[in-house]
Amino acid sequence: MGYPNPTIETYGQWGMLNAMGLPNPGIEEYPQEIAVARDAGATVIGSIFGADAEEFAALAARMESTGVAALELNLSCPHAKGLGSEIGQDPDQVRAVVRAVKRAVKIPVIAKITPNHYDPASLAVAAESAGADAVSAINTVRALAIDVRLRRPVLANGLGGLSGPAIKPVGLACVWQIFERVKIPIVGVGGIQRADDVIEYVLAGARAVEVGTAVAFEGIGIFTRLAKELEERLNSLKVSRVEELVGAAHPSGVSR
Amino acid sequence: MNLVRTITEVSERIVETPSTVTLRFPYSPAAAPGQFVMIWIPGDDELPMSLSYTDDPKGVTIKAMGSTTRAALSISRGTLVGIRGPYGNRFDLTPRRILLVGGGSGTAVLAPAAEAAARKGSRIVAALGATTGAELLFVDRLRSIAVSVEVSTDDGSVGHHGYVTDLSQRLLAEQRFDAVWTCGPEVMMRKVISSAEARRVPVFCSMERQMKCALGMCDACALGPYHVCTDGPVFPAERLTTLPEFGRTKRDSSGRRVPL
Repeated sequence: MGYPNPTIETYGQWGMLNAMGLPNPGIEEYPQEIAVARDAGATVIGSIFGADAEEFAALAARMESTGVAALELNLSCPHAKGLGSEIGQDPDQVRAVVRAVKRAVKIPVIAKITPNHYDPASLAVAAESAGADAVSAINTVRALAIDVRLRRPVLANGLGGLSGPAIKPVGLACVWQIFERVKIPIVGVGGIQRADDVIEYVLAGARAVEVGTAVAFEGIGIFTRLAKELEERLNSLKVSRVEELVGAAHPSGVSR
Repeated sequence: MNLVRTITEVSERIVETPSTVTLRFPYSPAAAPGQFVMIWIPGDDELPMSLSYTDDPKGVTIKAMGSTTRAALSISRGTLVGIRGPYGNRFDLTPRRILLVGGGSGTAVLAPAAEAAARKGSRIVAALGATTGAELLFVDRLRSIAVSVEVSTDDGSVGHHGYVTDLSQRLLAEQRFDAVWTCGPEVMMRKVISSAEARRVPVFCSMERQMKCALGMCDACALGPYHVCTDGPVFPAERLTTLPEFGRTKRDSSGRRVPL
């Protein structure tokens, strides 16, 4: 069900604060929902979350059977009470979950890293050591809004997660640090709206990116617009293969 | 940096029927008939409500259906509420001869649309239905701008003893209309569409679904390929009649399909 409303607040188009609480209809409903996307030719990555390694592994197997191409493990949602935030902040728990999921499925597993930790790169190292095929960084940043007249938090759950352009610098810093410590591919996420945002993440070390909050402000057409803009931008920068840029902003200057 | 939500004070509370109350509040962003706001009752919940008054002070008309709407009925003047929006699309005011078909509290969203169309010279005929006479909504308000207002009640206490769709079917047979605007239970709206389709009159329905973000992102209000919050709430009949869920199912707050 997720949390009661208010579940969302926005700061112009600079940021979004959400405490949705991961509402979802349960894994039983997913085969029919995902079939629609797959029949249309889309490659689907299934996102799952659970309370412990066992639950993650069970859900992973069921999500794999719906025909998704890969899994993303939501280890890092900071505002789902007892679900995700504790797991994602503990390298041992990250290792246990990734290991259990890798034993349960054949498709690639991407571990999503939380920024709500003093050393997110250590969480990525834990995921890699347990066999994760890739990591994505970052999930939302733990945040809060309070109304001064009402003297209470704006969101029903109180604490929420901040997303959107406001967190891009935080996402970039995490990708940067993770790139220095792991060899597996990194998916960059956090505040991406324009082609230059994508390229920043690639230069920091990302091989792919995700876009979330910007969809709320621009609509679902953003993916087509962004892909076109990226191609034009790379042409103007005289970059023939985007792979050349992965991690290229690091002092060593060498992409992996 | 300002939050999107505005905290405002209820300036007026009008008891419309034993189950329905209108709350008016100052809120400056411009709104058009058909649009809705997300209204936050601090300590309780935040709900989507179509605007029943689109000029300041804006208003929403709330019918007691669940715990939050029941609580909203006892909100008094001076209570602070949170408003964001307006969101969604609007009624197209160009049709010259409009039939309104309102079921229960559905009339709340039709009233400001009818007023705006009448101001531009459109001719309004209204058919309003309710379970009983005391629950009929905005009858006098519409009488002051409509050519005629007919009413129906399930229990026969006032007007036609039966459904508002009996009235709309008859009116569509007797008079020419350029558009039908309707809001009420989905099963009722499906019947309105059938009667009007037979006579090739376009129908526009104001739809309702659970909402969380109201920004077109979270899919809580998913209706087939559409989001009620951004593609609606006003939908032309052609978009609805092809959907298996129209008049049959909606989604609960976890996204699961449930019967209406």
